[in-house]
Amino acid sequence: MAEKRYVRAVNEALCEEMERDPAVCLLGVDVGAPGGPFGATRGLRERFGPQRVRDTPISEAAVVGLAIGAATLGLRPVVEIMFMDFLALVMDQLVNQAAKMRYMTGGQAKLPLVVRTQTGYRDSAGPQHAQSLEAWLTHVPGLKVVMPSGPCEAKGLLKAAIRDDNPVIVVENRTLYALAEEVPDGDYVLPLERAAIKREGRDVTIASIGIMVREALAAAEALAERGISCEVIDLRSANPLDLQTVRTSLEKTNRLVIAHSATRCGGVGAELAAALGEEAFYMLDAPITRVGAAFAPIPFSPPLERAIVPDRTAIIAAVEQVLAP
Amino acid sequence: MPAEEIDRALARRLLATMQLIRAFEEAVRDHFAARHIPGFIHLSIGQEAVAAGLASALEREDYLYVTHRGHGHVIAKGADLKRVAAEIFGKASGYCRGRGGSMHIAAFEVGVLGANGVVGAGLPHAAGAAWALQLQGRQQVAVAVFGDGAVNTGLFHETANIASLWRLPLLLLCENNGYAEFTPLSVHAAVESVAERAAAYRLPAWRVDGQDPLAVRAAVREALGRVRAGEGPALVECLTWRVRGHYEGDPQRYRSSTELEEAVAHDPLRLFAERLRREGLLNEAEEAEVAAQARQAVAEAIAYAQEAAFPDPASALEDVLYQPSGAG
Ligand SMILES: Cc1ncc(C[n+]2csc(CCOP(=O)(O)OP(=O)(O)O)c2C)c(N)n1
Ligand SMILES: [Mg+2]
Repeated sequence: MAEKRYVRAVNEALCEEMERDPAVCLLGVDVGAPGGPFGATRGLRERFGPQRVRDTPISEAAVVGLAIGAATLGLRPVVEIMFMDFLALVMDQLVNQAAKMRYMTGGQAKLPLVVRTQTGYRDSAGPQHAQSLEAWLTHVPGLKVVMPSGPCEAKGLLKAAIRDDNPVIVVENRTLYALAEEVPDGDYVLPLERAAIKREGRDVTIASIGIMVREALAAAEALAERGISCEVIDLRSANPLDLQTVRTSLEKTNRLVIAHSATRCGGVGAELAAALGEEAFYMLDAPITRVGAAFAPIPFSPPLERAIVPDRTAIIAAVEQVLAP
Repeated sequence: MPAEEIDRALARRLLATMQLIRAFEEAVRDHFAARHIPGFIHLSIGQEAVAAGLASALEREDYLYVTHRGHGHVIAKGADLKRVAAEIFGKASGYCRGRGGSMHIAAFEVGVLGANGVVGAGLPHAAGAAWALQLQGRQQVAVAVFGDGAVNTGLFHETANIASLWRLPLLLLCENNGYAEFTPLSVHAAVESVAERAAAYRLPAWRVDGQDPLAVRAAVREALGRVRAGEGPALVECLTWRVRGHYEGDPQRYRSSTELEEAVAHDPLRLFAERLRREGLLNEAEEAEVAAQARQAVAEAIAYAQEAAFPDPASALEDVLYQPSGAG
């Protein structure tokens, strides 16, 4: 176990999986010689050669399409899409092609395919480089979507995604790339479908995902000083959602706040709230409250961005709201 | 192009493939009109020489991606006619267990990795398969079949660029029938020749009479000679005629009666049979025999499909995801 930065954990997962399985190969803009726009693929081209670590033209749709054909013939391609916003360019290949390939061939095709992409948080990347668009993907049967909230998850979930025989989209967070934590060495694989309890508590459950797990933990810390005990869940997977873990937590707390950095409207939190409204209504002592971005593009200027994208303060306010008598 | 000596066996095989496709699609047309087949249907009547010529130049192990108008290619590649028919009828014993239908047939056992309902979307899949073949050091090639309409998609250009750059073992085969749905080539393409557009990516290209299975075969063989030798991708453009509407039920009001007559006059089956008779390679009795065999095989396949069971609704959620346990 050693302290590693998030981006280094991604690199380690890729390297170990490429070492373990010669079918694993990488595709993307600048992933080869430059080592990736964020350094996630540094050293891999030198180690595994230019055939397995392929620099591609700026042809995102074709590159995901290429990965589909290659996966069909037994490769395990990992495509890097530089910014999550650019998923808009590959939606047909993800939604109409990859997600349906197994189903519409009646089980003839198997598609071990990973798309790595990343979003950011309050870093003035502006309207076209800062969106959290995971809800687009979670609406589509046939895709799995995970959002690593820290270095351990970055390694463990990516390794699981690469070993999974379905298309998996891994949404990393560039704002966390420099964050360092203890990460287990070697074969550290986390299940793709399971949420994790990051902090135990009695009064309120905060179900969070991606970078908002960090904000939820900070909120819980601040609330603890006031005697409010929050249980913080890292959902990890946006689809499928681990309802069981949240439900079990609610049996104890009976109050739920959901937090994500994506637009609140139509977000993953809406699905979670609706599902629990159906299944766990009588466990609830207060209405479920969602924290998410306001319904506007993400602005460039820092004060504007802070007005749109929520943080721990909004989570604290939501917790106060569900605890209000 | 050096003309290949036409041997009797090859000639009969090409004619038989075209007859089989034609008989099959005429049956599909009739059963669709009789509402025995759900959904929508795109027929390749008039274009059979492309499928027959292409498939005759491929190995069974080569991989093929086709389009929404793909019945002919699937049949020519050697798929089981019964399972093709069953798929089109939405039956459980169809190649895709009834989940794909006419527009999404895949028959992996004969290398057909998929048809596609989204124009142009299969092109990068074929390139990806070619990339896998290259990486795995295998000898096969991948082929993408697409229409003239698909040449205007970004994916055609992205794929052509990457395939050329990476020297992928890929054949791009364009069925230029002069129409994208209801829109003629003159209205949808700035450059009439697809082969010319391929030149922008340094793809060697052939432009051939798509009504002549031997011309298609010769061009494909020559192109594949280069592809198999590791010289990178190539493109073959087949000029062909679509006789039926874009889909069954399309009254083709956008085409003049003269044009439609011309399309029928270019019937590849009649032209090829006439030529073989002229050259003494086929007599009328033999031609009738080939046609009868095709009709017989189609009748059996359709009867099979009609009698086959529909999928169990309880299986509708199977294969949404791959489950290692095999639990569906
Ligand atoms: C991306 C996309 N746009 C539009 C359509 C509707 N559509 C289906 S087939 C077709 C025409 C395709 O023309 P071409 O590629 O020449 O193939 P052909 O039908 O002539 O065989 C169109 C517009 C579609 N399926 N996909
Ligand atoms: Mg066309």
